[in-house]
Amino acid sequence: MICLQYKLVKPFVIETFFHNVKPEGTSHLIVRPEKLSICKADMRYYFGQRDAAVLHSRLPMALIHEACGRVMYDPTGKYKSGDKVVLLPNIPGEDEFYAENYRLDSVFRSSRADGFMQEMLRLRHDQVVSYRDDLPDEVMSFTEFISVGVHAVSSFAGVSHSRRKHIGVWGDGSLAYVVCCVLKSLCPETKITVIGLNPGKLQYFNFVDEILTVNHVEKEARFDHAFECVGGAGSGAAVSQMIDTLCPQGTIMLLGVSEEPVPINTRMVLEKGLTLQGRSRSGREDFVRAIEILQTDPVFLGRMRYLISAAVDVENMNDIHAAFERARTADFKVVLNWNI
Amino acid sequence: MIFAGILAGGTGTRMGNYTIPKQFLLIADRPIIAHVIDKFIVHSGIDKVIVGVNENWHQYMTDIQEKYYREVDKLVIVPGGSDRNGTISAIVEKTKEISGAPEDILVTHDAVRPFVTLKMISENIDAARKYGVCDTVIPATDTIVYSANGEHITDIPLRNNTYQGQTPQSFSVRLFEEVYSSMSGEELQTVTDACKMFMLKGHKVHLVEGSVSNMKITYPYDYKIAQIMMENPEDDLFAV
Repeated sequence: MICLQYKLVKPFVIETFFHNVKPEGTSHLIVRPEKLSICKADMRYYFGQRDAAVLHSRLPMALIHEACGRVMYDPTGKYKSGDKVVLLPNIPGEDEFYAENYRLDSVFRSSRADGFMQEMLRLRHDQVVSYRDDLPDEVMSFTEFISVGVHAVSSFAGVSHSRRKHIGVWGDGSLAYVVCCVLKSLCPETKITVIGLNPGKLQYFNFVDEILTVNHVEKEARFDHAFECVGGAGSGAAVSQMIDTLCPQGTIMLLGVSEEPVPINTRMVLEKGLTLQGRSRSGREDFVRAIEILQTDPVFLGRMRYLISAAVDVENMNDIHAAFERARTADFKVVLNWNI
Repeated sequence: MIFAGILAGGTGTRMGNYTIPKQFLLIADRPIIAHVIDKFIVHSGIDKVIVGVNENWHQYMTDIQEKYYREVDKLVIVPGGSDRNGTISAIVEKTKEISGAPEDILVTHDAVRPFVTLKMISENIDAARKYGVCDTVIPATDTIVYSANGEHITDIPLRNNTYQGQTPQSFSVRLFEEVYSSMSGEELQTVTDACKMFMLKGHKVHLVEGSVSNMKITYPYDYKIAQIMMENPEDDLFAV
């Protein structure tokens, strides 16, 4: 069956491609993406903010790795036509010693493989997770994003020492918001302080215990652990502030993506015996856990709705460009109602 | 019920050296007609896919069914008629046998337009439900010139008002029967387009937006373009 793909061929330019989606083969099912959510990583490709050599080697490529949709056809009958599913962007590599999301031969959509800006695609059964019909599709579209927060907090529980009275979360974007919500859901006793820049965005964090702007953080040890959700040019300053304000043997979870290398005050890391742990991509079990939280914790689900800054109807190519333009100025997530 | 009717009654090749009907030629290692059938089978709004095929090619089509759709109970093959409307009529008879409900809708589609999208099919179903009959079109880019005798221009319609007809063409089965049975033998001989029949009998045919890529593979040139459009080496690379 011939299906459409919308691929970025160079920054700001998307073209239509066609590919053959074969219905045969019992190891696969056919899925139609219905709601897509734009991530910062997609925007870096779209607006040409990646290194020229990276763009040259990876484009043309269909963008977007956060999506939910419907099963159109499952030859095994495990899923019914019309079942709602979240689509997983990671195609795990073979070395099972490592977690599926960090294997060197794993392939991630909208990075080294085509993303979900497609009419339909063929996925393995383990590349989808179903969810209840009554959950809001707009929120489910960024389950991948939520699962990264779940993954970070779950890993944090495994690597950090057990004194978790006070945690600092750096960042005022959607990732910081998700991490705060997951922490509130999974570690309700912990005091959470958010440290950000934009007072308007920080207003959304009204459920945490303390909100500070970066200039109002005193240089004293007060946090047991920290989550870095800043990324980009602000990463260095944020990490530096974390090192200054962490109590001994605390853990810093690094989640923000930076295009440039970030200098780290290793002297103080050594002196305090800190642990720095990187977490960016989630695995299947994090998706399952994220959906479980969305299905069982109405407070968490209610907070996730505030992450939708805009929903854009996409009926044609112009609408795709409008959605990316909208994402440029949105506080948080832009969701595409994918009807193309 | 919502039926898809795939019109594969033709036997013309017009395709250079190929001697089998063009709907059976391969694109990306799959018969063109199979690409078409796939789209209607996976569309959750379609209950049954009925293929109207020329009797001489019935066995060939049955072999395609056996090869690609052995597990699919949504697909039915019927012998086509002597012309396009005859094939539609044969498909309509089959819908009556399967359902016969007054609200039944038939979405007809050329077997040689494999680039049809889910969106076009959905919009056809919606428009047929709402307006009774609809046609998929794209705005004409070339100026359309009308000549009654093939020698001189009779008329040049305003380009802004001209469109090129594609498929799907969709309609209420009940309405089709009413229109088809009221056509005289002479009318049936001259009117080759289903939507034209509806117009002749006073029905408004609603327009649905098609796409330039929803091309009809008629000539070797079209076939070549379709093959080039499918040159996508990344097909399925990461899904295995």
